[in-house]
Amino acid sequence: MKLKTALMGAVACFAMAPAAFAERGADGNVKVLYSQAVSIMNAYLSSGTKDVEAGSLVLEPLAGFNEAGDVIPRLVTEIPSVENGGISEDLTTITWKLIPGLLWSDGTPVTADDAVFTYEYCTHPEGGCAQAARYEGIASVEAVDPATVKITFDGPKPNPFTAFVGATSPILQKAQFANCLGAAAPTCTEANFNPIGTGPFVVTDFKVNDVVEMAANPNYRDPAKPAFATLTLKGGGDAAGAARAVMETGEFDYAWNTQINPELQAQMEAGGKGKFVNAFGTLVERIEMNMTDPSADLPEGERATAKHPHPILSDLNVRKALSMAIDRQLLVDVGYGAAGRATCNLVPAPEIYASPNTDCIAQDMEGAKALLEQAGWTDSDGDGIREKDGKKFTLLYQTSVNAVRQDFQALIKGWWNELGVEVELKAIDGGVYFGGDPGSPDTFQKFYADVEMYANNFDGTDPEPYLAQYTCEKAPRPETQWQGENINRFCDPAYDAMVVELAQTRDMEARGALARKMNEVLTKDTYVVVPLVDRGRLSAHSNTLGGVVLNTWDSELWNASDWFRVK
Amino acid sequence: MLTYMIRRLLLAIPALLFTSLVIFLLVDFAPGSPMSQIPLTVPPDVRARIVEALGANEPIHLRFGLWLYQFFVVEPAYLLDQMFGTTLSTGRQRILSWQSRSPVMDIIAERLPQTLTVIGLAYVIGVLIALPIGIYSAYRPYSWFDQIGTFVAMVGFSVPTFLTGVVLIVVFSVNLGWLPSVYDTRLRMTGWNSFVQQAGQMAMPVMVLALFNAAEISRYMRSSMLDTLGQDYVRTARATGIGERAVVLKHALRNALIPVVTVIALGVPTVFAGAIVTEQVFRVNGLGALLINALEASDLPMVQTLTFIFAVLIVLFNLIADILYGILDPRIRYD
Repeated sequence: MKLKTALMGAVACFAMAPAAFAERGADGNVKVLYSQAVSIMNAYLSSGTKDVEAGSLVLEPLAGFNEAGDVIPRLVTEIPSVENGGISEDLTTITWKLIPGLLWSDGTPVTADDAVFTYEYCTHPEGGCAQAARYEGIASVEAVDPATVKITFDGPKPNPFTAFVGATSPILQKAQFANCLGAAAPTCTEANFNPIGTGPFVVTDFKVNDVVEMAANPNYRDPAKPAFATLTLKGGGDAAGAARAVMETGEFDYAWNTQINPELQAQMEAGGKGKFVNAFGTLVERIEMNMTDPSADLPEGERATAKHPHPILSDLNVRKALSMAIDRQLLVDVGYGAAGRATCNLVPAPEIYASPNTDCIAQDMEGAKALLEQAGWTDSDGDGIREKDGKKFTLLYQTSVNAVRQDFQALIKGWWNELGVEVELKAIDGGVYFGGDPGSPDTFQKFYADVEMYANNFDGTDPEPYLAQYTCEKAPRPETQWQGENINRFCDPAYDAMVVELAQTRDMEARGALARKMNEVLTKDTYVVVPLVDRGRLSAHSNTLGGVVLNTWDSELWNASDWFRVK
Repeated sequence: MLTYMIRRLLLAIPALLFTSLVIFLLVDFAPGSPMSQIPLTVPPDVRARIVEALGANEPIHLRFGLWLYQFFVVEPAYLLDQMFGTTLSTGRQRILSWQSRSPVMDIIAERLPQTLTVIGLAYVIGVLIALPIGIYSAYRPYSWFDQIGTFVAMVGFSVPTFLTGVVLIVVFSVNLGWLPSVYDTRLRMTGWNSFVQQAGQMAMPVMVLALFNAAEISRYMRSSMLDTLGQDYVRTARATGIGERAVVLKHALRNALIPVVTVIALGVPTVFAGAIVTEQVFRVNGLGALLINALEASDLPMVQTLTFIFAVLIVLFNLIADILYGILDPRIRYD
């Protein structure tokens, strides 16, 4: 698939070759529609994807990711590596060289001081920077000279491409944001709405949660780009409406994240005014097994904690049987169509980190039944529900309110019923489920259910922090105000040791092997996490918009400077 | 009359203060948190710092006090500064939206024109359609005109706007390609062409809402007119031989309008509140879309401020309706 995407990108490049020689602004206006409206242009004050991506048209990082997940230079001459001396031998420093003569959209030069300032801006303790994780593990950022930025890490950093890499970590102009440090950050409305950047476009009019008007940046580093003189980014509505505006009415050129059901996808493709593009990243819809007992009979404070292992799901064979009973391909066909594929992995990409495991794809109902028999769960009273030691096999299965998720719940409930498991379904409003309020019993972290479903992914291309979520100490519990990322309360000292090992492994091959192994520990070895669908990104663009290459590793608008009008 | 108005306005103050407290508590106790908008890829400690920077973790009484201070002191001061160039609000924090980190009032001011033009026009058109239909239906009850009027009103009232809206889009935008399905806020009316464009993009939302409003008001008008036409004085008027037109439009209509005017006046605040569903369907960036968006994102300062402004408008238009009642009906005196 990735090869195919790359080839398609290459084909698109050749197709646009004549256009590439066109002058800046020759193609007029391009209209982009986001089903979620843009609130702010500064990625450091909002972690919402829509805000980060809108901001990426104006603010740029030193380097970004291409559609294959490789690091590509943006504001620098080359990507630092140990070979070219940009990364020190001990992996503790990385040095970036800015492109000579680089200008901000207001005509002033971009210097290393801007990068140093950006680091200070995001790491200020009172600023509440949404992207602070990108700057973790950094001891200092200094300007060696006006064109050289040197980052020194606390220790060896096998993946140094976090700070200033990708759309979530752009460079701010020091002159514009100098008075916006710390607690003053949100008060700089003008700067947050109209940032001065190095990207292909500049904001000309910003209407909160509605529309952003942009014009080509007169000082963009490539004098022939962007081909469009103006860009309109409208927001609001829903995904189906956004897809319709591109595919059926042709009012817009590009619609972001048009996640609609396969039936509607086919219907809209018939409109003939545009096409859907899809690409896969790391977003995986999964079922998480609760390793602790969520029973309401337990006293508050002990419920769903490591004190009480789960009475049913603690048995590996039971978890495995529940996974075997699921027909993942059918789930894809019902819920996602071209925008999804069945997966058995928690880390489905990049290739080096993705395990080849496909054991779970084929549904095996008989095998699952046999496993349960073997585990001692039998239906002795003939009511269709299995029991063991007088305890009935019943599960509470929760997720957020979402049409696809409710379809999935119904299908999976059907399969589990067939297995002899009684299933109670629960759907919780997304604002509560993902809200993390320690006082609410319905957050996904609190996990007052036996199994739950949601989707998660990781930022960038390195799964280390993602896999490190499953250590014993990261389990949500009363002492941590129910915050924590180890939702299942999975706890295995051997796994914790692997997390430590991964942080110290520098060799890419070894990192890949270890990450694959850790992924397998969580999925096919223990079935603590039961991955269902690798959810791709589905967007739509009109037939007259050329140069679109969908990228799930960086901002979706990562190459808007290359877009052009097909004539 | 004046003392009555002053008394009513003064009484409104404690009522509104109490309302603001109730709204604040409701919004605050409602499940959902601004954290739900932060992607899961953001680690817990970073999330905690974001919430801290928003001030969302302060105790509830402090936040309510701050909001009151900002709403009743800082925002008016800022308004005065804008109007007279004073510096009353310098250095004081205005109410900031959690989503966009920009002043809530500025966003509301930006949204108000769209709501007033689209929803307001729909309301006016709805009233203009409803009154003649209601009057004639009552004048010829159970005629074919009345039957059709009743049917249309039933349809308009019972078919939800999210259905009529999407049906209109499918017919006029997708199949016929006559009208845009997405409202373009940037359009400036500079000449005939842009006027036609503006009319085109307003056509569908106005149609949807006008149908809905007309349905409701025409029923009120019909029943009120029906009542009046049966009165003795109408028969007396007819007996004087002044002609049907004068009887209906002069003698009956003025009296029949009294309850209808009240209903219309009480409906005006809903114009400001926007039409949440219709605005969402056609992507009109009005106050309704703003409110629903803020609710989804748990943007408490925005929700609180907007709902409170709606509360003020409702109180105000209740007062206006009462005063209108007094003007229209000489039997009612407030002194």
